[in-house]
Amino acid sequence: MAHVESSVPVPAILQEVKPAVLPRAILVENNRSFAWITDKICGIIEGKTPAWWWICFIIACCVASFTVAGITYLIATGVGVWGHANPVNWAWDIVNFVFWIGIGHAGTLISAILCLLRQKWRTSINRAAEAMTIFAVVCAAIFPVFHVGRVWYAWYLFPIPNSNWIWQNFRSPLEWDVFAVSTYGTVSVLFWYVGLLPDLATLRDRFEAAGNKLRSFLYGLFAMGWRGSNRHWSNYEMAYLILAGISTPLVLSVHTIVSFDFAVSLIPGWHTTIFPPYFVAGAIFSGFGMVMTLMLPLRAVYKLEDLITQYHIDCMCKITLATGTMVGYAYAMEFFIAWYGANPYEGFTFINRAFGPYAWAYWIMITCNVITPQFFWSKRIRANTALVWILSIFVNVGMWFERFVIIVTSLARDFLPSSWGYYSPSIVEIFTFFGTFGVFSVLFLLFIRFLPIMPMAELKAVTPQADVHGGHDQR
Amino acid sequence: MSKLFPKSSNRLPLQIIIFLMVFGGVATAGVTYYMTPKYTRVGYAPVQPVPFSHALHAGQLGLDCRFCHSNVEKSGHSNVPSSQTCMNCHNQVKKDSALLAPVRASAETGEAVPWVWIHATPDHVFFNHAAHVNRGVSCVECHGKINEMDVVAHAKPLSMGFCLECHRNPETRVREKGDIFNLDSQTIAEKSGVEAGLKFISDWKIKPPESCSGCHR
Repeated sequence: MAHVESSVPVPAILQEVKPAVLPRAILVENNRSFAWITDKICGIIEGKTPAWWWICFIIACCVASFTVAGITYLIATGVGVWGHANPVNWAWDIVNFVFWIGIGHAGTLISAILCLLRQKWRTSINRAAEAMTIFAVVCAAIFPVFHVGRVWYAWYLFPIPNSNWIWQNFRSPLEWDVFAVSTYGTVSVLFWYVGLLPDLATLRDRFEAAGNKLRSFLYGLFAMGWRGSNRHWSNYEMAYLILAGISTPLVLSVHTIVSFDFAVSLIPGWHTTIFPPYFVAGAIFSGFGMVMTLMLPLRAVYKLEDLITQYHIDCMCKITLATGTMVGYAYAMEFFIAWYGANPYEGFTFINRAFGPYAWAYWIMITCNVITPQFFWSKRIRANTALVWILSIFVNVGMWFERFVIIVTSLARDFLPSSWGYYSPSIVEIFTFFGTFGVFSVLFLLFIRFLPIMPMAELKAVTPQADVHGGHDQR
Repeated sequence: MSKLFPKSSNRLPLQIIIFLMVFGGVATAGVTYYMTPKYTRVGYAPVQPVPFSHALHAGQLGLDCRFCHSNVEKSGHSNVPSSQTCMNCHNQVKKDSALLAPVRASAETGEAVPWVWIHATPDHVFFNHAAHVNRGVSCVECHGKINEMDVVAHAKPLSMGFCLECHRNPETRVREKGDIFNLDSQTIAEKSGVEAGLKFISDWKIKPPESCSGCHR
């Protein structure tokens, strides 16, 4: 607008807004080339199996055998071998189920929500986080499936017509759980697999060039004829976006429905409306804890510092801090509502949680979930990878105890004082849960050995040299 | 690429999908037909130690069911008659028949005739015969037309769905008191319409349980 000399006063606003230019974080450091990224990621798969991998794999198999032993004994004997008894009829089985399902949520958040929000830092960690999601769902599924005791009747969970005319109670949140979790598992697998396609094709071509017929055939089989044509990429991008759209509500819905298992009941300490957002925040919190627990050692072992930069660790720490603080807020709000609602049963439940027979579990939970993440305010702590890793383990421990505290303290002191009890797990439950870490580790170790742990194609798109304006002023 | 996979592999995804659909359909149909009680239970007609003909005794001779199964109205369990019951007549009728040798032996020694159990309910099911026959449920509803069988065969599936079908719609199944042991009779609904059946249900306060613990105690 040309200014005409006139008597019209110039409005008292800025003529031009000059926003401060914030430097974009560089997501791939040291100006690495496309070829370097491919060689780096494929090299992990193509190289000789390292000794540490075998050691970890054997240990993981041994640990996993505990789950096999626990489950075998359960099936051979009956659910009575678990420590459940009145009034605590839900305990470690559902604690472990919620724990593992929650861990999966970071993978979906990273792959879906951060994709839609165009958070490019997700590309370094999304593949491994999605794998973690799927393996966590596998571990989680063990508990509801085997807690039915006669596991060959687990199909009763699904509405399949049968000559018993047994039909599911669709008013029960436990049935919603079946659909929430199975949808979640299916979509997570699809999302992971679609994202893998271009990288599987890369591996196929590299193994073919290297003359490894078997592996090139196997990768080729799963690459489903990917040739990287324009049409392939166009379909791929669309499929990925649609799956991101489908997964986004799942991040919120799955743990919301898991929380309904409790919130829809009438037990004091469960029957609260804060549960869905509180559970979702907790799930993302625990998931990011697990992502860091897994990714930081991988980064060190495979020297991936150029791909998982300090910026990535900062981002993950900040999300952990944010969600951990939300969880802390929820803990405080539960107490506030218990007081403000003036319901004596509710009030008793929360006092009992903090100072009753399970106070030890409550204070472990508070320490791990509320205090631990606060360390991430400090840039110096975030830069100390070893410390971040240790703190991430505290997050995992804390979130397990959160589920334990919610489930067991509320049941152990229900409405009838005559039936109050103290629950302790049986050795079979301990074996089964301990072993799921082995199951998870076996699957994850196989993943890092045989599949690209980072999406090569996407990583290349976020390198500085992929920027079409590279070096130019974008205005 | 072409070195790795032949061109025909482009059709593979479609072929796999079609295979899975066909396989899934066949498996579903197979399980539905061959693995449900309609197939596994119906038609079971084991050879009995004595070729007792219900068609002769209950059909031609017109013996009442309760003549032999005498506790069916009073007990949860419907008894198989002891050989003493058989001998009431067979000490006079066909008393030297070779076919009746096991019955005579049983009557002498007191060892039961080893009849083969046909209509076995699972251990986790509680079924009370008296509760049913005293509330308008005829023998024929579960056992079929025994009075026409030379060799007793499992006539109805006796699956949980079979039980529930009647428990949910008893008005279509009940009979008047005089028709309970007449296996050729008609239900009230067949005779005078479902309205009459509903009235009977109401008058006789028939409330078949549908909860789990009704039968699984």
